[in-house]
Amino acid sequence: MTFESPHIRVKDLNVHIGDHHILKNICLDIPDKKITSFIGPSGCGKTTLLKTFNRLLDRDKEVRVSGEVLLDGEDIYGRQVEVTSMRRKMGLLSQRPFPLPMSIYDNIAYGPRIHGTRKKKELNQSVEYHLRATGLWEEVKDRLNSPATSLSIGQQQRLCLARGLAVEPEIILGDEPTSALDPLSTQRIEELFLQLKDKYTIVLVTHILRQARRVSDYIVFIYMGEIVEFGPTEELLLNPKEKLTREYVKGYIS
Amino acid sequence: MSRYRLIKDRISGNLFLVFTHLSILTVVLIGAGLYGKSVPILKQSSFFHLLFSSEWKPFKNQFGFLTYIVGSLIVTGLAIVIALPLSLLTAIFISEYMPRNLKRLLIPFIDLLSGIPPVVYGVWGVLTIVPFIQDKLAPHFVEFSSGYSALAGGVVLAVMIFPLIISILLEVFNTVPQELRDASFSLGANQWETVSHVVLKKSVPGILAATVLAVSRALGETIAVLMVCGNQALMPHSILDPVYPLPALIANNYGDMLSIPMYDSALMLSALILFVIIFLFNGISRIVLYRLERRSYA
Repeated sequence: MTFESPHIRVKDLNVHIGDHHILKNICLDIPDKKITSFIGPSGCGKTTLLKTFNRLLDRDKEVRVSGEVLLDGEDIYGRQVEVTSMRRKMGLLSQRPFPLPMSIYDNIAYGPRIHGTRKKKELNQSVEYHLRATGLWEEVKDRLNSPATSLSIGQQQRLCLARGLAVEPEIILGDEPTSALDPLSTQRIEELFLQLKDKYTIVLVTHILRQARRVSDYIVFIYMGEIVEFGPTEELLLNPKEKLTREYVKGYIS
Repeated sequence: MSRYRLIKDRISGNLFLVFTHLSILTVVLIGAGLYGKSVPILKQSSFFHLLFSSEWKPFKNQFGFLTYIVGSLIVTGLAIVIALPLSLLTAIFISEYMPRNLKRLLIPFIDLLSGIPPVVYGVWGVLTIVPFIQDKLAPHFVEFSSGYSALAGGVVLAVMIFPLIISILLEVFNTVPQELRDASFSLGANQWETVSHVVLKKSVPGILAATVLAVSRALGETIAVLMVCGNQALMPHSILDPVYPLPALIANNYGDMLSIPMYDSALMLSALILFVIIFLFNGISRIVLYRLERRSYA
């Protein structure tokens, strides 16, 4: 599937880690302001693909990345690219919440601060705005100076989302962001994603097919480092074209 | 079968308990033994007088430990002041900036450094540091220094505890989850911002623990310091003056001077003082660490 003007376009992407060929000739368009889910069995390379989008992967010298990842048409692996400002465009939500070792307030203010916001008033506004956006404000407004680790895991994950939004990204990358959460917290995160997709392009790695169906517009099925099938959610889950996809989603359908 | 397993489990559990108690008992016994041996001198003059007097005239039955205590503290303090910033920067570089394959090459070298016998460091100090201080450094500041000085002891000690602090710090930085760094990077932070706001902040208790271990090690180090610090029981006026740390006092005199009355007891008391300093230092840092961990955002 290709799109007119995809937010992210991946061209002939190959990733080697040591001797392992993790991703093979990936070509993929991620549509703007939609939720695209990567599904596939463990170790198929879906997380690796996600991490190539914000270049967290190639900090390790053993990782070799070739091909192009175009963000609004510009290759993020190009020589001219300043990695920090590129990363800023992508909020990352990891498998478990990793709040920074500081207060709730400072966690949100961290991003704006390193990008130059110094005024207390602006910071306060940003913190409140993004805590509200993730539904945390009412829960934490009286203890903004407590350590972020004093929150529950579900709250921590929403805090991490708010922290990511505070640098005003264009894209949200979620690496199985609900895998450590209870059903209720999972539901809240999913609802947030649905609210946020008006403003952000969201890429989600998940191993829960039901979650993929609940939240995503498009699904990419990855197997052994290759894209097997890419299509609109219902179509891919209910009417897979490829035999491999059919077998993988079979358990879900029946 | 199940009975046999139960008995085995009980026996092993109890055995571990016994050995644990034995090792704790050793500390208590050493403390009690040193105290027992220092009772004669403590009966003769008050503890505080011994601690805060700098009169060391064994033949006149005067034993004041102040110069020795000061000597120990100065040498240790210098060593930490020199070694801590250097090893902190080195450990940050190795842990956060260096490519992994180079890391694998370098770390064994650092471990090797901590395996070199202290006496070798002592010889190195005598051959290089002492002459350097005597000829090059001291003339700028004082009229005369033999080079055998607190500074020489501090430098040699610093070099000795350097690898120790680095290896502990590397372990500490290693326990900071990679995902935490990634979280910071993904917000657009650069390497330095990530190191200073996240890695170091998360590592404060560990850095403190590393310092405590280094201080304990430095306070107790004997031979390398004794070879370069001059060993004169005079109150030093600057770090270019000779000092006489407590371990050197014990090592130099125990066995030789025991015909002098009370000398034996005085040396045991000096060992006890060293023991108590290290004990107190460890205790205080435990409390600080505990407070830090409770308050910290880690």
